Amino acid sequence: MPYPTDFRYTKEHEWIKTDGKNATVGITVYAQESLGDIVFVELPKVGSEITAGKTFGTVESVKAVSDLYAPASGTVTEINGELATAPEKINKDAHSAWMIKVTLKNPAELNSLLSAADYEKFIAEEAGH
Amino acid sequence: MRYLPKSPADREALLKAIGARSIDDLFAPIPAEYRLQRDLKVPRQMAESEIVDWYRERSRENGDGYATFLGAGAYYHYRPVIIDSLISRGEFLTAYTPYQAEISQGTLQSIFEFQTMICELTGMEVANASMYDGSTAAAEAVMMAVRLTGRRSVVIAHSLHPEYREVLATYAWHQGMPLSAAPFTSTGRIDLKALEESINSDTACVLIQSPNFFGTIEDVAAIADIAHKRGALLVVSIAEAVSLGIIEPPRQADIIAMEAQSFGVPLGFGGPYCGVIATREQFVRQMPGRLVGQTTDKTGKRGFVLTLATREQHIRREKATSNICTNQALVALMANIFMTIYGKVGLRELAKQNLAKAAYAAQQFGKHAKVLFPSAPRFNEFVVQTSEDPYAVNARLLGHKIVGGLPLKKFYPELGNAALWCCTEMTTRTSIDTAVAMVAEGERSVRAGKEPETQGVAR
Amino acid sequence: MKHMTRKATRHVNQNEGLIFEKSSAGKAAWKLPPLDVPEVDTAKLLGAAERKDLGNMPEVSEIEIIRHFTRLSTWNYAIDLGMYPLGSCTMKYNPRVNEVVARLDGLANGHPYQPEKISQGALRILKTLSDCLIEITGMDAITLQPAAGAHGELTGLLIVRAYHQAKGNPRKKVLIPDSAHGTNPATAAMVGYSVENLKSNPKGMVDVAALAAQMDEDVAALMLTNPNTLGVFEQEINKIAEIMHAKGGLLYMDGANMNALVGKVRPGDFGVDVMHLNLHKTFSTPHGGGGPGSGPVAVKQTLEPFLPKPVVITKPDGTLAFEYNRPMSVGRVRAFYGNFGMFVRALAYILANGPDGLRQTTEDAVLNTNYIRKGLDGIYDLPYSTPTMHEVVFSDKLQQKKGVKTGDIAKRLIDYGFHPYTVSFPLIVHGALMIEPTESESKEEMDLFIEAMKSIAEEVQEDPQMVLDAPHSTRVSRLDEVAAARKPVLRWKPAS
Repeated sequence: MPYPTDFRYTKEHEWIKTDGKNATVGITVYAQESLGDIVFVELPKVGSEITAGKTFGTVESVKAVSDLYAPASGTVTEINGELATAPEKINKDAHSAWMIKVTLKNPAELNSLLSAADYEKFIAEEAGH
Repeated sequence: MRYLPKSPADREALLKAIGARSIDDLFAPIPAEYRLQRDLKVPRQMAESEIVDWYRERSRENGDGYATFLGAGAYYHYRPVIIDSLISRGEFLTAYTPYQAEISQGTLQSIFEFQTMICELTGMEVANASMYDGSTAAAEAVMMAVRLTGRRSVVIAHSLHPEYREVLATYAWHQGMPLSAAPFTSTGRIDLKALEESINSDTACVLIQSPNFFGTIEDVAAIADIAHKRGALLVVSIAEAVSLGIIEPPRQADIIAMEAQSFGVPLGFGGPYCGVIATREQFVRQMPGRLVGQTTDKTGKRGFVLTLATREQHIRREKATSNICTNQALVALMANIFMTIYGKVGLRELAKQNLAKAAYAAQQFGKHAKVLFPSAPRFNEFVVQTSEDPYAVNARLLGHKIVGGLPLKKFYPELGNAALWCCTEMTTRTSIDTAVAMVAEGERSVRAGKEPETQGVAR
Repeated sequence: MKHMTRKATRHVNQNEGLIFEKSSAGKAAWKLPPLDVPEVDTAKLLGAAERKDLGNMPEVSEIEIIRHFTRLSTWNYAIDLGMYPLGSCTMKYNPRVNEVVARLDGLANGHPYQPEKISQGALRILKTLSDCLIEITGMDAITLQPAAGAHGELTGLLIVRAYHQAKGNPRKKVLIPDSAHGTNPATAAMVGYSVENLKSNPKGMVDVAALAAQMDEDVAALMLTNPNTLGVFEQEINKIAEIMHAKGGLLYMDGANMNALVGKVRPGDFGVDVMHLNLHKTFSTPHGGGGPGSGPVAVKQTLEPFLPKPVVITKPDGTLAFEYNRPMSVGRVRAFYGNFGMFVRALAYILANGPDGLRQTTEDAVLNTNYIRKGLDGIYDLPYSTPTMHEVVFSDKLQQKKGVKTGDIAKRLIDYGFHPYTVSFPLIVHGALMIEPTESESKEEMDLFIEAMKSIAEEVQEDPQMVLDAPHSTRVSRLDEVAAARKPVLRWKPAS
């Protein structure tokens, strides 16, 4: 599975990519596979605050709803409006169909997240049982 | 027992196949001390003919054959006979929730048509598949407004059905939703100035009824302006659905919570009825209740499915929009058939007859007693204030097999000897004239300083 | 298809569009009598409030309406056609005498506000049904007001809250087993309680030790379904009740599965404080495509003051009346008195059965379930071997190996002339097949069902793709739910 090495990952299957204090957040290929066809994404408003480990939105398939957990704390600067009308983009390419852009409060928070290798190990274990 | 399709030999065969000695083996998991060792004390098994006889007796004791002037959230309209012919088909009557779309297309398509007609009639963009009734639909609509706005408090018109207000108070009790009341003026309409003052930055919505509890049509546009100016939503409750045939729907509302009982649903001593919520498309994900959507099957053929189910309790559990788990499908089907029968032209003509009967009655009553709130338009209900206690008027009318208007003392003591009268297309001129004569008689007697003749005041 | 079914054959059903597609101006299915009062000038009476146009409402004739809905009806499966083994839904026969008596003029046309003097018939029905249900449940008092099971849960928890509140502390949370129906947690949230999950033990029952550890003075109630959604009777129910009561908590019973108990055991006798019933399940009122239901709530004496108002009382002269003066009441949960039409039907069912019929019904329901369980054990995986009462839960573990899931088996069952069982519930069983035959099935019908399920199991081994593509015999198959949810089309619009 091609998990980009310049991303960091959560155990709740979000990815985050940073450029200094600016970060982009989405969900992983593994997450979209276990959800199935995604039909709706609920995202926070631009300007709202998100907190590491807390929910910032939901993603829905036909018969399931999953919370989205913030990989890090910060302020939402942009949301991917395309997902409102085309949530299937996440199924097609989860790692480029980003959800929100955030200005990070404390980029050091990312140190506690998983690397690509660790994440791949983690999902291999999770899929194992 | 005639509903059970097994002979004693069948039961023996089943027990044998299972490997049980007796039926008691199968109940062994229940601790012995709790197993009932006696017959239940319920009436003995009755023959079908006895059951029918018992209910005929109850029916006779229940106002069978009385004409009625009662409305107040439950309306006596004619029910075309084909409604019962169609809903009695076992395929509608004995089916369950249409979760398995392939073998539920009948129910699903009819709900889709219901949703469409409710949209047409209310001027809203989406409607759900129905809910318990008008009172709970209003409560659910208010909770929906709270979710949509992120605000907590609610302003409720005092002219909303009093029992709807009670239900709302129950629902709001543990949700930290402060409720406040907006009074009505001498026109019977909501007091706009008081309303304006009661809305603050925490007001999620204003809830009104139109036609309101007194039958008066509210100035919805003005109320919507006031609410929207302060960031609150407007929720409009419609208790008399037939009004939609001739009264402009509250298009300025954000959410409409209605009771569709008038559309072919029997009075049935208060239920089952048919609540519905209709709203704007942008709010659909916060709308409670079941929804049917159009789609295609694997060969491209049009078909219908339950959709947007992620709002509901079986998926979202404690985070659901509501705990509601049913709609009122069969009752919604009655309403659907009724709307189809009357349709574009008939509904208007039907509503017009209601309007004409009520206008005639109000005019006749007005010759002898005071008809309140004369200046604002109304539909098929109006309030008559008498010198005599309305319970006394009604007691005399009951002798003529007529049930008079609803005395309002219990709900609106400030209106004195007032009663809410309703006329539908079922109300005859003869019964109107009789009722008016009784009121006139009472007024004359009171003026002459003596009690009119009454045989026991029934309350 | 080698395994074609003995129960079902194809029959022609007709195509039918939406009613709007049949409409044309000037057709009508209505006729009003001549007006016996003067015509009115609507513009003068209503002014700006007058509606001028009813948009796209249909205009069709009576015969078209009859055919439209009759054709639609033939696209539905129904109890009247055959077994409908939805678990926890109790899809039993809906007796027709119920429908006849509910339509008697005085009952169908009774107005909820008509004077009590001429409402004695309806009040007698309310009273008689209440007395019967109190006896059946072993409780002390009841309200018939809630409109459905979930509404009953709401009412029950409001009563729980009012009770604790009256003692000075409403408490904070409600315990709910992981096998519970989704309405339980949704209801608890509506009443302002947080939900704490309770794990099941390996037998599929409440883990009593875990309950004892979790129970404290913050817990208002435990919501328990008994028998639970696995069809398993909670054998340690006395200990469960003791643990709850020792810390001042209440035991709420979700009565969805009461069909396993009527006439055999009474919840009031095993420690339940408050419970709801589903008249549309246990007491045979028709499901009608998803409602109306009715969810009476029965309580022990200590909770009686909190019941919604009004309640029915007997006056000194023997007549019946509504009592509104109840200062401790939780208030109203619905306008008027509840789904009265359902009360008429449920009571007719009780009268048709009597004590002996009610008991036999329960015995047959449990007997039928165990017969099916025996017939399918080994062919489908049985995750819990604990004895079951009125329903049994298998899993698709054996079929999953071929990539076939419970939902696919369900779809294939349609081709065999049966409604599917409940799919993927309860959540504690992965890939659940939840089967409740009820007492209404004959041996012959159950044998056909077992045969069909066995046949499908074979098909899964021989030709899994065929099962994955099922149903093959219906008008439409495998509708696109993803498209329906992504771009919802929730109403018809004229082609512009």
